[in-house]
Amino acid sequence: MSAFVGKYADELIKTAKYIATPGKGILAADESTGTIGKRFASINVENNESNRQALRELLFTSPGTFPCLSGVILFEETLYQKTSEGKPFVDLLMENGVIPGIKVDKGVVDLAGTNGETTTQGLDSLGTRCQEYYKAGARFAKWRAVLKIGATEPSELSIQENAKGLARYAIICQENGLVPIVEPEILTDGNHDIKKCAAVTETVLAAVYKALNDHHVLLEGTLLKPNMVTPGSDSAKVTPEVIAEYTVTALRRTVPPAVPGIVFLSGGQSEEEATLNLNAMNKLAVLKPWTLTFSFGRALQQSTLKAWAGKTENVAKAQATFLTRCKANSDATLGKYTGGASGDSAASESLYVKGYKY
Amino acid sequence: MSAFVGKYADELIKTAKYIATPGKGILAADESTGTIGKRFASINVENIESNRQALRELLFTSPGTFPCLSGVILFEETLYQKTSEGKPFVDLLMENGVIPGIKVDKGVVDLAGTNGETTTQGLDSLGTRCQEYYKAGARFAKWRAVLKIGDTEPSELSIQENAKGLARYAIICQENGLVPIVEPEILTDGSHDIKQCAAVTETVLAAVYKALNEHHVLLEGTLLKPNMVTPGSDSPKVTPEVIADYTVTALRRTVPPAVPGIVFLSGGQSEEEATLNLNAMNKLDVLKPWTLTFSFGRALQQSTLKAWAGKTENVAKAQATFLTRCKANSDATLGKYTGGASGDSAASESLYVKGYKY
Repeated sequence: MSAFVGKYADELIKTAKYIATPGKGILAADESTGTIGKRFASINVENNESNRQALRELLFTSPGTFPCLSGVILFEETLYQKTSEGKPFVDLLMENGVIPGIKVDKGVVDLAGTNGETTTQGLDSLGTRCQEYYKAGARFAKWRAVLKIGATEPSELSIQENAKGLARYAIICQENGLVPIVEPEILTDGNHDIKKCAAVTETVLAAVYKALNDHHVLLEGTLLKPNMVTPGSDSAKVTPEVIAEYTVTALRRTVPPAVPGIVFLSGGQSEEEATLNLNAMNKLAVLKPWTLTFSFGRALQQSTLKAWAGKTENVAKAQATFLTRCKANSDATLGKYTGGASGDSAASESLYVKGYKY
Repeated sequence: MSAFVGKYADELIKTAKYIATPGKGILAADESTGTIGKRFASINVENIESNRQALRELLFTSPGTFPCLSGVILFEETLYQKTSEGKPFVDLLMENGVIPGIKVDKGVVDLAGTNGETTTQGLDSLGTRCQEYYKAGARFAKWRAVLKIGDTEPSELSIQENAKGLARYAIICQENGLVPIVEPEILTDGSHDIKQCAAVTETVLAAVYKALNEHHVLLEGTLLKPNMVTPGSDSPKVTPEVIADYTVTALRRTVPPAVPGIVFLSGGQSEEEATLNLNAMNKLDVLKPWTLTFSFGRALQQSTLKAWAGKTENVAKAQATFLTRCKANSDATLGKYTGGASGDSAASESLYVKGYKY
């Protein structure tokens, strides 16, 4: 058979298409407890459940942001949290046209015999977990595979393992009503140039789509979350137009038109860089059969976190900052961003961390 | 590296794009000496070089047909033939905006241990041969891989062998200045339904594009020549709209946007069927990032051959018939064909031959 068309097929197609609506994108707010702890540490906020709830409530109740967002990726804890008035977050989001999603992978583990390459775990009982998440209101999922560039990396083993892991995850999600966001992140760490990143990205994406085909995944009911094609972190920077050209070329060579949307990760890019790059891609005068939009974590929240600093009296200011980034990225999906959305130095701050452990 | 960008890259991209011009398509006139002999036998014409030359001159001097054609695929003998006035065919074609192409494969051979499956030969000295063909005026090439549908077919071996053969052929062509037309034909023979054909087509095309990626083929400088997705020859027929839906869906799931054009083979379809199906695809209201056009042999020449019957006094009539089919297919690439281009019964005659040996 070609693509598996189960009982959720129509819903998956509809959801994926909606998430890919031009002008909208995804807020990646699925930081695990450990990861959010690092963010909190940088603003001297204690990592307890009420602070984690407070941050997400701040984000999800920011006035004016709903029209910019088609989805929010949540960590499991957040899926079951409520506003301070007692409304479940998932209900608040759904009522405002923002689809809740759920991170379902269980992090990376090393691949023995490789030079620090990893595979992602989380397939055990994934079907059952997806069913629970669906009941709780989630309608899409996310699974992050990680690859790196080096003299002998990514190895064929790493490419195959990660591609197949993504494919198994994707079909299990679809069997259980969740649109899988397929995320094969190639880290920027290294001194390679943009051509090398392009070559690796094309090779990895080709392997991913072959694996998705092997596993009968319904591409119309998926989204892709790739890295943008950029020089390595230790290499000289290039302009957004150059990034746009290499990125869109790589995607045109590997991503079939059946995929409704490509929702970029921001990696270590600053808020402003990520927005400018996304904008440049959407301005590029070449045919793109999928929407190009965002699925940003740090690149949407960095200056908002700083503005909040964990204090209730800062909430309104932080929410205004968040709105600024949401609008900037919404404009960028339409190629209409004119730059400098915020004079805030935080917006230009690089978020790159060498050997970043997610 | 990602795609191999050699000295011919710009020319390859330009040529492929031109061949894919909406409103134009390819005349497949590359019948080998043996194959044209079968055609001639059906109209009682002797299979000698002067008759082969006469047929091709008839086709290449048909008034009004040049605007409908972007390319003609030739057999090696024809590449070096001239009009009766002494002008090389390749010059005549090039002067009139029709790019000469050349069939470079050397036919199929059986894959031992399979149930009648085959692989295609022709890689030996292919680079040298391509250089010669380029010197002679060819700017694109064609290589036909053949797969079949059965209980256990196509086998993984058949898919891999044919995909890899196509990829090696493709990169060798590009190294030597010829745009490779990639043709993975899945025969219609059988009692399978259209869903089975769709599934096999998607699987085969996914394998083909994975192989092309592995071999560093520059997709922007290639064309795809696939079968349309139809029921098996022993199964009930369906409407052009159904064929269009399944075919375009299969292509959207597998063919990256970097490919500029898809030039369908007609297989055993009648002239009218092939045109109606192509038209329906171009009318389909869904985003297609590649041009959908024709590369027809029998479906462009059948009624023309019958009208000619090898007689000089029939040439004008035969040329008018040929013009009718060219215009019909040109319209079909724009979704503008209104049907019944010829009351000729030959236009509706099925050209299906069971177990057809090319």
